[in-house]
Amino acid sequence: MKKIEAIIREEKLDAVRAALQNSGYYGITVSEVSGHGREGGLILQWRVGEYKVDFLPKLKVELVVLDEDVARTLNAITSAARTGEMGDGKIFVLPVENAVRVRTGEEGDNAI
Amino acid sequence: MSINAADTAWLLVSSALVMLMTPGVALFYGGMVRRKNVLSTIMMSFAVLGLVGLLWVLYGYSLSFGPDKGGIIGGLDFIGLRTVGQEPSSVYATTVPHLAFMAFQGMFAIITVALVTGAVVERMKFSAFIVFSTLWLTIVYCPVAHWVWGSGGWLAKLGTLDFAGGIVVHILAGVSALALASLVGPRKGFREKEPMEPNNIPMVLLGAGLLWFGWFGFNAGSALTSGGLASSAFVATNTSAAAGAFTWMILSWIYRRPTVLGTATGAIAGLAAITPAAGFVSPLMGIPIGIVAAVICYYCMLLRTRRGIDESLDVWAVHGMGGTWGVLATGIFASVAVNAAGANGLIFGNAMQLAKQLLGVAVVWVFAFAVTWVLGKIVDVTMGLRVNATEETVGLDISQHGERAYGGMLR
Repeated sequence: MKKIEAIIREEKLDAVRAALQNSGYYGITVSEVSGHGREGGLILQWRVGEYKVDFLPKLKVELVVLDEDVARTLNAITSAARTGEMGDGKIFVLPVENAVRVRTGEEGDNAI
Repeated sequence: MSINAADTAWLLVSSALVMLMTPGVALFYGGMVRRKNVLSTIMMSFAVLGLVGLLWVLYGYSLSFGPDKGGIIGGLDFIGLRTVGQEPSSVYATTVPHLAFMAFQGMFAIITVALVTGAVVERMKFSAFIVFSTLWLTIVYCPVAHWVWGSGGWLAKLGTLDFAGGIVVHILAGVSALALASLVGPRKGFREKEPMEPNNIPMVLLGAGLLWFGWFGFNAGSALTSGGLASSAFVATNTSAAAGAFTWMILSWIYRRPTVLGTATGAIAGLAAITPAAGFVSPLMGIPIGIVAAVICYYCMLLRTRRGIDESLDVWAVHGMGGTWGVLATGIFASVAVNAAGANGLIFGNAMQLAKQLLGVAVVWVFAFAVTWVLGKIVDVTMGLRVNATEETVGLDISQHGERAYGGMLR
């Protein structure tokens, strides 16, 4: 089992969700996060002039997949979330020790 | 004089309209500060409704409008509303109950104190603010209100015109704000250019909307009667607000994009500027007054920012400078055809009026800055004006009031 954490553009959520569904994964967790990568911050306007906000709003999509599905899932997210511009985000893959389905108590791969 | 029912109804409604402006200021300012200081900012204005609402009936009205003492201050005859009753006053608003006039004036005192708070949000200690406000109302507001509006006040006798408070409210609040901000010092992180992001711009717009709405009571109510003069002031007020909002929108568009925050600010600049002029100029003069107000206030705000002064919410740039322009504009555009109790201004061949306006501006600028500075200094050395560094970092909502604006299980 691997956990996939994808930081994506807010406006790409629908496309990413659809791509994940097409590759067979329905369960995802989404949260609003702030941060910046190499693109830096965001310039906003005050009553006069401007100010810089260091952290941009992004979404973090989290899901856990079977080992053999990792490549396919990464491919689905990457192609759905990409614009080619700076700020498209990043994906991290982490090992997962176990998983439990709360309703039934099933563990491991069966719980996903 | 006997009581006129229409005048009384209009003045009571106007008093209620002006009362609503103070929560309007609270929301206008509250939306512009950081998330951790929303409540403390709102509270400064709202607490003034409680504080000055009491002080005004106890002695504030008497100091401002009591029988004249040498043109400088009102006597103590009206202390605790003694002899201020259901019958009209013999000198003020003689067609409405004296109590209605007193209440109307009280709302002006409240909002003027509330306006000053924009200078010191996010760092001034609440207890110090209450003490400062009490002193400031007594020693700064009440005398100046007497000079300009009191029967026998020296600026009134001289002929300086201020229809609804360009001097008494806006210059006084704006210039005092600058003095107080210089004493309190900048917010932590201001010099380091940390972003101070407004937490809720829709709230700013709601506040600006309430201010604009309430301003009809402020300016048209200042006619103290419900007839033609009130209508003329009403239209002048709306016209100047519109001109100010539209002009600031264009300025910010030229700079980059037309912002909501800028457009709301422009409306307030236009409203501050038309305040002294509303009942002395023809309604269409709201257009030049509003346009020039927005341009002046915009560039004063830029200047203030570049000088590195943390007069945080630009009370000086918007109210102080908008009010200053408005008082001078009254000396330029006023016409006795609009208000026989007024005067002709520069464009009607009376340059003297502009000189009288200029004198009023200069005297009140100096008085407001100097006395506010001294009062602030006294509070600073006795109890301290600022919260400590930790309280400031945590935010004043929690450190001063033990509350937070936006609840929820997390965060």
